[in-house]
Amino acid sequence: MATTDTLRPMGHSEPKDERLARIQKSLRRRRSAETRFRIYGMSAVAIACGFVLFLFGSIMHDGLPAFWQPALQVKVTFSPDVVKVAPKPEQAPGQSPAEFQRASLDWQREVTMVNWNRVIQDAVQAAAPDVKLTPRDVQAVVSPNQRFKLRDMFVENPGLLGQTVDVSLLASANADVWLKGNIDHSLGDDRQQLSGAARQLIDRLYENGTIKMVFSTVLFTNADSRGASAEAGLLGAFIGSLYMMIIVIVLAVPIGVASAIYLEEYAPKNKLTDLIEVNINNLAAVPSIVFGLLGAAVFINYFRLPLSAPLAGGLVLTLMTLPTIIIATRNSLKAVSPSIRQAALGLGASKTQMVFHHVLPITYPGIMTATIIGVAQALGETAPLLLIGMNAFVATVPTTPLDQATALPVQIFLWEGNENRNFFEPRTAAAIIILLVVMLLLNAVAIYLRSRFERRQ
Amino acid sequence: MNVMTPAEAEAEVARTVKQRDGEKFQTIRTPDAQPRQIRVKAEDVNVFYGQKQALFNVSIDIPEKAVTAFIGPSGCGKSTFLRCINRMNDTIDGARVDGLIALDGEDLYDPKLDVVELRARIGMVFQKPNPFPKTIFENVAYGPRIHGLARSKSELEEIVVTSLKKASLFEEVKDRLYEVGTGLSGGQQQRLCIARAIAVSPEVILMDEPCSALDPIATAKVEELIDELRENYTIVIVTHSMQQAARVSQRTAFFHLGVLVEEGPTDMVFTSPKEKRTQDYITGRFG
Repeated sequence: MATTDTLRPMGHSEPKDERLARIQKSLRRRRSAETRFRIYGMSAVAIACGFVLFLFGSIMHDGLPAFWQPALQVKVTFSPDVVKVAPKPEQAPGQSPAEFQRASLDWQREVTMVNWNRVIQDAVQAAAPDVKLTPRDVQAVVSPNQRFKLRDMFVENPGLLGQTVDVSLLASANADVWLKGNIDHSLGDDRQQLSGAARQLIDRLYENGTIKMVFSTVLFTNADSRGASAEAGLLGAFIGSLYMMIIVIVLAVPIGVASAIYLEEYAPKNKLTDLIEVNINNLAAVPSIVFGLLGAAVFINYFRLPLSAPLAGGLVLTLMTLPTIIIATRNSLKAVSPSIRQAALGLGASKTQMVFHHVLPITYPGIMTATIIGVAQALGETAPLLLIGMNAFVATVPTTPLDQATALPVQIFLWEGNENRNFFEPRTAAAIIILLVVMLLLNAVAIYLRSRFERRQ
Repeated sequence: MNVMTPAEAEAEVARTVKQRDGEKFQTIRTPDAQPRQIRVKAEDVNVFYGQKQALFNVSIDIPEKAVTAFIGPSGCGKSTFLRCINRMNDTIDGARVDGLIALDGEDLYDPKLDVVELRARIGMVFQKPNPFPKTIFENVAYGPRIHGLARSKSELEEIVVTSLKKASLFEEVKDRLYEVGTGLSGGQQQRLCIARAIAVSPEVILMDEPCSALDPIATAKVEELIDELRENYTIVIVTHSMQQAARVSQRTAFFHLGVLVEEGPTDMVFTSPKEKRTQDYITGRFG
């Protein structure tokens, strides 16, 4: 019978050795295929890692030095010859508070009118007595807004008059560039940003220890600045991004999760819901700049929201993040085992009870991941913000989401385009490092929360 | 034991198909010698999944305080019919049920009937143990809590303990009531699911192959439990194991290709079935 033939081992007629040799040959072929594939995989991973390392390496290499910047450690004398102001008014008996306030303001104005540049020049000259300095040279070396630092010190403590104190004054952006070698020292005078005297002064001050590299706290405490590039910081952009993140989280997460639950659990399956589903998937693939156009047309032109406001930016980013959150939440809802649903329904739980008591808690880690992915995407988004005016130069820290602001990635974009490239290129890299750290922190929080939710189940 | 030739098996299938698609099929029904009170009554139930008909004119009476077993080859409609009894088929898209299914004379498919309330009265235990990923206590307490059965916390605790005791699980888990239910063994999980079902004091308990995922020892425990629960509940069980049907049930119904071929007292169905197909299935000649 035919069956008995098939039951006999294959190649039974062959000698045993020959069969073994054939098996070994095929094994060799299979093993070499496996090895080849392994090598492909490893080289792919190696190439990817190589690019990532190169990217991080180059950013770190450029950006890390920008976290330190030169500052002049000088002895400043509040000489009565230069600081010629009346004593700070005090509340006289019988004087009304309004009068006192007016007097105080007058006094402050008087303090502001003092020639603080002169005070600085004297201090710098004292540190380098053998260099002949013009006021222009000193102003080119010390960051312009440092004079307000002296003013503020004096307003705070008028007792400084006639005294000499140690003060750290930030050097200018050009001095930073010169000291860090970001400009070719061999270039001729006509192509240097600083005059010969100023360069000489910087070298001298650096040699005698007056100029020291200090940690660049202004990067974290100041808003953007053009007049005093050395004092430009990221705080304004960071707060702008923070407001937008809050708006995205507050709007996109509840709306996205609610739509995902409705579409996945309640909506009837018909043409309309199919259409909605297809369109949500399409929305996720729409280029972000299109969302910016939409935001400009709807939020700015129609609803008249202020230009450059984090509110408008947050709304645009919310629209952009919604599809991501909806799709990811729906996927995690789909992944919940039907047996849990049946168990709940079989016990007499209503649909809503089933969803909220049993299905949703299981999907929390998934929703969390979706939120973080969405928010991280929104945090790094630049293009749509350009279209609603968030690429404006904003030198203040926004106090409300309605104030003008910019965002971290937009600030990076702006700095990258700044005309003082020698100074702002490292600063840009530093800003990128800060943005990446913020992202990493967000992800770390997400991983922590997710593992906590998973543990609880 | 003779295995049927393919031709013979085909002939049996053809006979069932001819009967169900031709004239109205008459189930061979044998009543109990001592009649019991009937709780669930089905008449001419037809079930459709989209265009496909899954059940054909099923009529059956399910008595109280007894175990009724549904047996039959895979895909014969026994689970479908079970799920009609607490309307779990509602949750499947495109499923449609017509005919009459009544619990104590009350039409279960009455549009005015509240499905949620119905499922509180007719509990269900599923094929795969499916405890919630919550604590053992929460698993059992969930039903009573959503239905508002306990007036106080102590009453709820009492319900949980009683249910676990009835499901013969209490002794094994009393020290870890607040650990997750999914950490129990398969057999314990299934008994937990039974405890969860009886915590809402249902009138009828439906069990869809409750032992198919369990080892023989766990199966024996669950079967013992089913036998105890029979005292107070009406139980319907779907099973693939003929021995299990013979061991635990008082009445047996044999389904084939969507028709209910024969139903009657278990000992009669197993020792002297009136239909050849029933006999062939029970003796393992096809299936």
